[in-house]
Amino acid sequence: MKLIFEKSQAGRRASALPRYEHLPGPSELPEDLRRAEPPRLPEVPEFELVRHFTELSTRNFGVDTGFYPLGSCTMKYNPRINERLAALPGFARLHPLQEEDGAQGALELMWRLQEILAEVTGLDAVSLQPAAGSQGELTGLLLVRAYFAARGEGDQRRKVVIPDTAHGTNPASVTMAGYELTPVRTDARGNIDVEDLRGKVDEHTAALMLTNPSTVGLFDENIDEIQRIFHGAGALMYYDGANLNAVCGISRPGDMGFDIVHINLHKTFSQPHGGGGPGGGPIAVREILEPFLPVPAVVRREGGDFGLDYDRPQTIGKVRGFTGPFGVFVRSYAYIRMWGPRLREMSEVAVLNANYVLARLKDAYDLPFDRLCMHEFVVSARSLKKQHGCTALDVAKRLMDYGFHPPTIYFPLIVPEALMVEPTETEAKETLDAFCDAMLAIAREAADEPELLKEAPHHRPVQRLDEVRAAKQPVVRYGFEEHPQAEAEPAPTATKAPTGV
Amino acid sequence: MTHPFLALTESDREEMLGTIGVGSVEDLFRDLPEAVRLGRELELEPALSEQEVFAHVAALAGRNADASTELSFLGAGMYDHYVPAVVDTILQRGELLTAYTPYQPEMSQGVLQAIFEYQTAVCELTGMDVSNASGYDGTSVAADACYVAKHATGRDKVVVTEATNPQVRQVVKTFAAGFGLEVVEVPHRNGVTDPDELEQVAADAAAVIFQQPNFFGCLEPAPDICAAAAEAGALPVAHVDLLSLGVLEAPGRYGAALAIGEGQAAGNFPSFGGPHYGFLAARQEFIRRMPGRIVGETVDTAGERGYVLTLQTREQHIRREKATSNITTNQTLLALGGLVYLTWLGPQGLRELGETCLSLAAYAKKRLEERAGLGPAFAEQTTFKEFAVRVGRNAREVVAAAREQGVHPGYALGRDYEGMDDVLLVAVTERRTPEEIDRLVDVLAEVGG
Repeated sequence: MKLIFEKSQAGRRASALPRYEHLPGPSELPEDLRRAEPPRLPEVPEFELVRHFTELSTRNFGVDTGFYPLGSCTMKYNPRINERLAALPGFARLHPLQEEDGAQGALELMWRLQEILAEVTGLDAVSLQPAAGSQGELTGLLLVRAYFAARGEGDQRRKVVIPDTAHGTNPASVTMAGYELTPVRTDARGNIDVEDLRGKVDEHTAALMLTNPSTVGLFDENIDEIQRIFHGAGALMYYDGANLNAVCGISRPGDMGFDIVHINLHKTFSQPHGGGGPGGGPIAVREILEPFLPVPAVVRREGGDFGLDYDRPQTIGKVRGFTGPFGVFVRSYAYIRMWGPRLREMSEVAVLNANYVLARLKDAYDLPFDRLCMHEFVVSARSLKKQHGCTALDVAKRLMDYGFHPPTIYFPLIVPEALMVEPTETEAKETLDAFCDAMLAIAREAADEPELLKEAPHHRPVQRLDEVRAAKQPVVRYGFEEHPQAEAEPAPTATKAPTGV
Repeated sequence: MTHPFLALTESDREEMLGTIGVGSVEDLFRDLPEAVRLGRELELEPALSEQEVFAHVAALAGRNADASTELSFLGAGMYDHYVPAVVDTILQRGELLTAYTPYQPEMSQGVLQAIFEYQTAVCELTGMDVSNASGYDGTSVAADACYVAKHATGRDKVVVTEATNPQVRQVVKTFAAGFGLEVVEVPHRNGVTDPDELEQVAADAAAVIFQQPNFFGCLEPAPDICAAAAEAGALPVAHVDLLSLGVLEAPGRYGAALAIGEGQAAGNFPSFGGPHYGFLAARQEFIRRMPGRIVGETVDTAGERGYVLTLQTREQHIRREKATSNITTNQTLLALGGLVYLTWLGPQGLRELGETCLSLAAYAKKRLEERAGLGPAFAEQTTFKEFAVRVGRNAREVVAAAREQGVHPGYALGRDYEGMDDVLLVAVTERRTPEEIDRLVDVLAEVGG
């Protein structure tokens, strides 16, 4: 389909702006600061704009479209009431620098969300400021730095331990926080290899970063021993909350021994992911780390008013503008209030759904760790590849033909041809069964008609795209120069006669 | 007991547990050591119905004084520009709203093409060659730019002008600690930066970050600042307002290496500080150092044009500890709001909007001086939509007194700058009518010193 820039015709526009005729004209801008060439923004009428973006939406697939078992991303239903609430003028048109007495409702909502997240994570203090999980990680590591610097151990503790199953954000955050990476292996049961770990944790270790359940969907059975190793060496424990949807109300990171947790509000607590964002990455910490949290802190003052406290002399500073992505807080707060203590049921059903799909698939795909899973699991297309030349990528593309979004593929890195499936608590059994039937049918097709997989998808707006070409010769914006006059696309031809009046 | 967001019936559960081969849901959690289990119910208030949650949260919203209930001239980085209905309409399309990052391009052509169009629009506005798919906000992209500059130049110091948004400076300082960068600030001289002074400070710096228009609303001598930075071997980084770029020159045309900024003014509601989008665009030579997602054009097996996430070897999921950034989730939906808004404006609308802001702000400045006797803090400087005015007494007190009369007159600069306790930063967008400006003038005439 055409780009909006290719639909542009000089002289058209969608906007009419207020003009104040009796005002004095604007003061003259200095010549060297005045725009010389107008930007080539699209020129379209309003209805053309709406049709363009509506057509784009029809070429996209969301949770509202269908089943989206993208592992590690927790693609659950996003309740519509949350959108209505976030759009209320009292929130949407509230300026973040409004005086405290004019923002009591917003501050109370944030304070209440902090209290809830402290209870759900089993920790003492919360900052809602980080914009997403990755920023939460980096914020957490800066807290670790500040904590050890205050203890005079800043120069000594330079290492952060990360298992080989970790999300790529963990090692990237370690570097950005100025730390060195110490990798640790996974054992045959999918837990951290505790023997490997013991030799790597010492007085130079600052922290462990761990996702639990891990990215292979397994709860680390030795978590209590692991936390004793780290705390015994004077190091801290960081919990990557990407998989919190497995354990709400069942086991809390604080109870597992973690000192810092980030929570992905766009995963567990239903902020719609918007095709890539926004997210929210609040962090919860143990009391010893509270003095270092970002400013301002959202506090309830004596007398019951809510306010912003900047007076935190040991703070790491600010990690984002203002107090964080407030609209995300509105949605997650409303979402949690609609569950209350029943969050436990949410997690239980997420785990039940994942185990059911796993049970139905484990004979047709390779299973790297034969255990009960938590909210997600990883199987492998290794045998399909060896026997029939069909890869995890081929399976993923073929799933599209059955009307499902594919699982996460080729992650975690320790499992070859990985397919990481996270059904979430959303979904009826019929949907899970239809997905399992499709996965089983695809495994048979790999044996009988492998071309069906290799040439998939067959029914999407585009066929398989050449990602190598895109990276080799990057074209990352529309080339106006190469298209002086966009050629008209052929008009769609009617394929059948009209059937109505 | 059913829940609106769950679907399994009792018989579904029984059947599923049977297939799994366990007796109960509890058995699914047998790998969890007893020591780490909660063992009690979460202490949260009971579940609410949709109607109840609406009543509760709407009551909280009702306790705020927003721009629909108070006449507001607050800016200082977030602005009350009009957001057209088409933005809401498109952002609420479920196929776009409820999709994840477009890892599977054949399922995600809508979002991918939209991001490609967004990147094109940002490049057009800023005069740059490459834009990422968005950063978190106008502060985090400044930290990102520092990380790019550190690796591009091998230097370990960055310079930020004092007339840059204080929140941007604070965030840069926070992350600079982890990046191993020293942060040096250059003071403003009468509201703007002195390029000669800057050049001295920028020796050995990786980057010079400045804001145009700056935090006081004044126009910086941007070409001279870029030249001074370049002379010192530092990358000039311009922090700009997209909505100024219909009337103000594109950063790429006056020598900036990177153009960054807060996108909120262009298509997002203030929303008490977020979510919004930060934008980051650069000259071609930095394409492989860019942080975050980038969408590129390609073809499918039939030779048809399509779009994919590209240059991914920069990113954390492949490069891990050597990645150009740890960013994963960004602000795609808000950036899409920006694209829809900029499309709605078009080039003529963008220019008109800039001219209207200039006119209204000039009117406000003039009336404040003539009618209220309140002069600008930096009389010699040219301003865009925001300006600093001396109010003759403590500006925080003036804010409080004006709000008693239903007018929020602006931001008290003494909150961030020493010696500016009597200075108010007033923002005038196209949403403020001349009559509303007259009202501001009347109120400030009364409560100003």
